[in-house]
Amino acid sequence: MATFGSLSDRLTETFKNLRTKGKLSASDVDGTVREIRRALLDADVSLDVVKQFTATVRERALSDEVNQALNPAQQVVQIVNEELIGILGGQQRRLEFAKNPPTVIMLAGLQGAGKTTLAGKLAKWLKKDGHTPMLVAADLQRPNAVTQLQVVGEQAGVPVFAPEPGNGVGNPVKVAKDAVKQAERQQYDVVVIDTAGRLGIDAELMKQASDIRKATNPDEVLFVIDAMIGQDAVNTAKAFQEGVDFTGVVLTKLDGDARGGAALSIASVTGRPIIFASTGEGLDDFEPFHPDRMASRILDLGDVLTLIEQA
Amino acid sequence: MAERSWSLAGALRGMFVKPTIDEQTWDDLETALITADFGPAVTEAIVEELRAKVDKYRTTDPADLQRMLRETIEERLARFDPTLHLSERPAVVLVVGVNGVGKTTTIGKFARFLRGYDRSVVVGAADTFRAAAVEQLATWAQRAGAEIVRPQQERQDPASVAFQTVEYAKNTGTEIVIIDTAGRLHTKGGLMDELSKIKRVVEKQAPIAEVLLVLDATTGQNGLAQAQAFIEHAGVTGLVLTKLDGSAKGGFVLSVQERTGLPIKLVGQGEGVGDLTGFTPHVFAQQLVG
Ligand SMILES: Nc1nc2c(ncn2[C@@H]2O[C@H](COP(=O)(O)OP(=O)(O)OP(=O)(O)O)[C@@H](O)[C@H]2O)c(=O)[nH]1
Ligand SMILES: Nc1nc2c(ncn2[C@@H]2O[C@H](COP(=O)(O)OP(=O)(O)OP(=O)(O)O)[C@@H](O)[C@H]2O)c(=O)[nH]1
Ligand SMILES: [Mg+2]
Ligand SMILES: [Mg+2]
Repeated sequence: MATFGSLSDRLTETFKNLRTKGKLSASDVDGTVREIRRALLDADVSLDVVKQFTATVRERALSDEVNQALNPAQQVVQIVNEELIGILGGQQRRLEFAKNPPTVIMLAGLQGAGKTTLAGKLAKWLKKDGHTPMLVAADLQRPNAVTQLQVVGEQAGVPVFAPEPGNGVGNPVKVAKDAVKQAERQQYDVVVIDTAGRLGIDAELMKQASDIRKATNPDEVLFVIDAMIGQDAVNTAKAFQEGVDFTGVVLTKLDGDARGGAALSIASVTGRPIIFASTGEGLDDFEPFHPDRMASRILDLGDVLTLIEQA
Repeated sequence: MAERSWSLAGALRGMFVKPTIDEQTWDDLETALITADFGPAVTEAIVEELRAKVDKYRTTDPADLQRMLRETIEERLARFDPTLHLSERPAVVLVVGVNGVGKTTTIGKFARFLRGYDRSVVVGAADTFRAAAVEQLATWAQRAGAEIVRPQQERQDPASVAFQTVEYAKNTGTEIVIIDTAGRLHTKGGLMDELSKIKRVVEKQAPIAEVLLVLDATTGQNGLAQAQAFIEHAGVTGLVLTKLDGSAKGGFVLSVQERTGLPIKLVGQGEGVGDLTGFTPHVFAQQLVG
């Protein structure tokens, strides 16, 4: 965000002095680490994760690990970048498909995170990939969530299983369970279950999500989370991990200018991989998650990394 | 309302049971404020201010510190006037914000709230973009006992729906108009221009009484960038903070208020039609700090 000046600006400033010196001293590193800490907090990375992260960076920056090709400042940047990518998951993970179809994918997350939209995106993408997906309207709570999914399904050209009208009517666990049977009968090979948004602290709704999971035994449970989320990302992710457990994460609304520090927090705290990035309201606006791009987004390291290349 | 199991009060509890203020106390305070999304800059400012106060009053009692913290937050929040100005007839309220923050839901609750005071209300479905947004607003209008003006064709220009809603109110003598708009990220120039257009078109009919920017309490430091862009393009007059029934504390609104001078006017605390209240700095500070 423009208000504080980017980390890359601030680090470049710090590094001006460092460039001319030889080995990094503890006080050099501490100054740099303070800047990194501040930038991570501005990016909404959770405080605990920031503490761990900066401790690791400090330790590595002061260790004997030496890269002859880089000056000390560049070494710090490289360490930061490596550590970020390490936490975000070095490699991309793909969706797991069931050996015996249908593959069941359940979506869960806070209110308004982007689940229903993602259901449409997944459906369209799967269809293009030669699958025969079916969407399931198991959010029977939010006003007109069923209609919304039907519209999205139509846009994606994919059928929607919606036996209940919603708006408080119908049992989502039963709908989800019936959906899987229906898919088996009609030979749809992927079932994507849209569920109601719920808060991490809402025990009753969390149990409902867990019941949907038990009733459908999904191959993937995707935790959908808004990239604009702040420090609460960790509480919420933990609550969903304990409540339903999830196999992967989808980060949404990355088309905005949020740094998306939540990505780092969630990956670090839950150990679950981030699988997709959602980047718009259109059904084509999503892509597999790239840890390296996310790393440079969180810390705005783009420019600093080119400093290394110029070395 | 669900239990606030991760409240700032909870985070602070440890530091207020100790007999005296020490370095750990300050560390805990910083942690609690960061964790509540106050952001590093505001957190530093508050900690410094409190350190100065503690020095000045020569206290070592954590209970004093707790009181000072509550006062500081309350004082900062109370600098702005949270009154809604709805005296024009019709009083036109435009509701704006990024995607999924709770605009449509807030309109439903707000309409209900106004109906409770016997005001006649019409809502305008100027989100003609999102799937089933019109139907969602219609459900809320029904719950609230409000009228609704819908688009006459699919993907109608939102500005013209807004125009027709105000026109309807003038023709029928409806007292309050609340216009729903599509969620849009503040970074999208074209969509932000569309919002300016809605505002211009409505103003041809009647002055706009309030432009409410809805902010989601789970948001982090991005909230400030949102506020700045919506102020620029839509002339925001007040903030609505939603989803405060969750574990997020919405501390970022403090810097939003201080940087923009905009008051919080409404607070959303659930998905039910009654889960909306006015904003009281004292209550907010009390809930935060305990
Ligand atoms: N800009 C942007 N908007 C998105 C993205 N994903 C979803 N949205 C928008 O965010 C809003 C909420 O999306 P939904 O799909 O309804 O979210 P949800 O999680 O199903 O919401 P609930 O069912 O109410 O919990 C809508 O306006 C979507 O168009 C994204 O990646 N970028
Ligand atoms: N827990 C909780 N959920 C809320 C609150 N306000 C809104 N929601 C939920 O958040 C989700 C999004 O709400 P909407 O009113 O559709 O949000 P919006 O801003 O109109 O979304 P778009 O029009 O898609 O941009 C829905 O599931 C709402 O039920 C609140 O105060 N607390
Ligand atoms: Mg939904
Ligand atoms: Mg809406």
